Amino acid sequence: MNLAETRALLARLLHGIAPEVDLDTIDPAAPLQEEAELDSMDFLNLVNALYDETGIEIPERDYPRVATIDGFVDYVSALSTA
Amino acid sequence: MGDFLMPSLGADMESGTVLEWRVRPGDTVHRGDIVAVVDTEKSTIEIEVFEDGIVDELLVEAGAEVPVGTPLARIGAATAQPAEAARPKPARPKARPRPAHRKAAPSNAARPQAAEHVRASPLARRRAAERDIDLAAVGGSGPGGAVVAADLERAAVTGPPAPTPAAEAAPEPAAARRDDRQAAMRHAIGVLMARSAREIPHYHLATTIDLSAALRWLTAANERRSVSERLLPGALLLRATALAAREVPALNGFWVDDGFRPSAVVHLGVAVSLRGGGLVAPALHDADRLTLDELMAGLRDLVGRARAGRLRSSEMADPTLTVTNLGDQGVDEVHGVIYAPQVALIGFGKVAERPWASGGMLGVRPTVRATLAADHRASDGMIGARFLNALDRLLQTPEDL
Repeated sequence: MNLAETRALLARLLHGIAPEVDLDTIDPAAPLQEEAELDSMDFLNLVNALYDETGIEIPERDYPRVATIDGFVDYVSALSTA
Repeated sequence: MGDFLMPSLGADMESGTVLEWRVRPGDTVHRGDIVAVVDTEKSTIEIEVFEDGIVDELLVEAGAEVPVGTPLARIGAATAQPAEAARPKPARPKARPRPAHRKAAPSNAARPQAAEHVRASPLARRRAAERDIDLAAVGGSGPGGAVVAADLERAAVTGPPAPTPAAEAAPEPAAARRDDRQAAMRHAIGVLMARSAREIPHYHLATTIDLSAALRWLTAANERRSVSERLLPGALLLRATALAAREVPALNGFWVDDGFRPSAVVHLGVAVSLRGGGLVAPALHDADRLTLDELMAGLRDLVGRARAGRLRSSEMADPTLTVTNLGDQGVDEVHGVIYAPQVALIGFGKVAERPWASGGMLGVRPTVRATLAADHRASDGMIGARFLNALDRLLQTPEDL
């Protein structure tokens, strides 16, 4: 997946968890969890939904790397094309 | 068996609207089956039946709003007796999950008049949002012209019917319609909390708990787990709370008729904040008997359904002790208000690294502030302290949780 595709995937997954969140209104470099008001259960569901959709499993120790939209997109995009 | 009543789904509920029936006369039902979906001020609830039987007759039509205690259906005995023989005394039946504690419930006159907005059930709102249907364009057939799910089905098939006068007179902007639901929820929370603050002599205790052992264990455990089996720190805190509640039963139960009734089971109420505001605190049943994995799965399921508006009647009616975890909201501690008729509320703040003095040394450890709000009529500070100490001790041996 290229960056744009990954971002679209994130938007779709997030919609299933927090339907009112519009990814385009969030600073891609800001902490996603805070900006989208996701609690730890929401975030776990997001990571879980990503796994269900793509088979990509983000270990907990990598959570800091996917804490922003940019970070998430870079991380997942790199793994999916590897 | 006998009349199946509109249940009390929490001390703040006065009435409910039957949104849909899931059974028809002649259907066989078993304890725990969902027979109807009811809308309250706070949420859409799936109503379970509490005994086996055969549905004799539905007494209330979908769309009707009726007070708590109103017979909704007549349910005959499960055995294939003739209906006459099975017909029970029309007296107050036992289908009710728990006697309603409505002594201080306000009169209907105190309810907000929301008629100026387009009224709609949460289910209808959700479906309308999913399908991008404008609720104002759908004629409501529910009470007060409220739009119910069935109206949307009709609208989808036949196009919007002629709007009712009420809907016609009130073409509200979408934001105002959302506010309608939120206003109802604020009202429901307000009534319950005002009653608690008025009637319950609260005392508050707090303690700081070292979570290094618990989080070390959790990190290691999650390394070995697939995503879908991962545990959250919140699950550990709930598990420890449930065990502590069993150990200190004086905080687990209800204050009813000027006396404390301890509960033999631990149904942990879990305060779940809803997107867009408000909260519900449904029960995680028998939390003390669940393994950590079962508890985590139950928590995921419960939070998901709470946010989707799909809770069950038994979950709304019977928490014996409530936990509020505001850790994700970034606060250090929470001093809560007890959900009457419960007698205690446990609060957790954020898990954060804090300075920690131990063995003459100052270090930094992940800690959490645990608080207890308890009803002084039912217990004293010594009991409360015993509870928090038990919580602390249990969290030091996470492998036993």
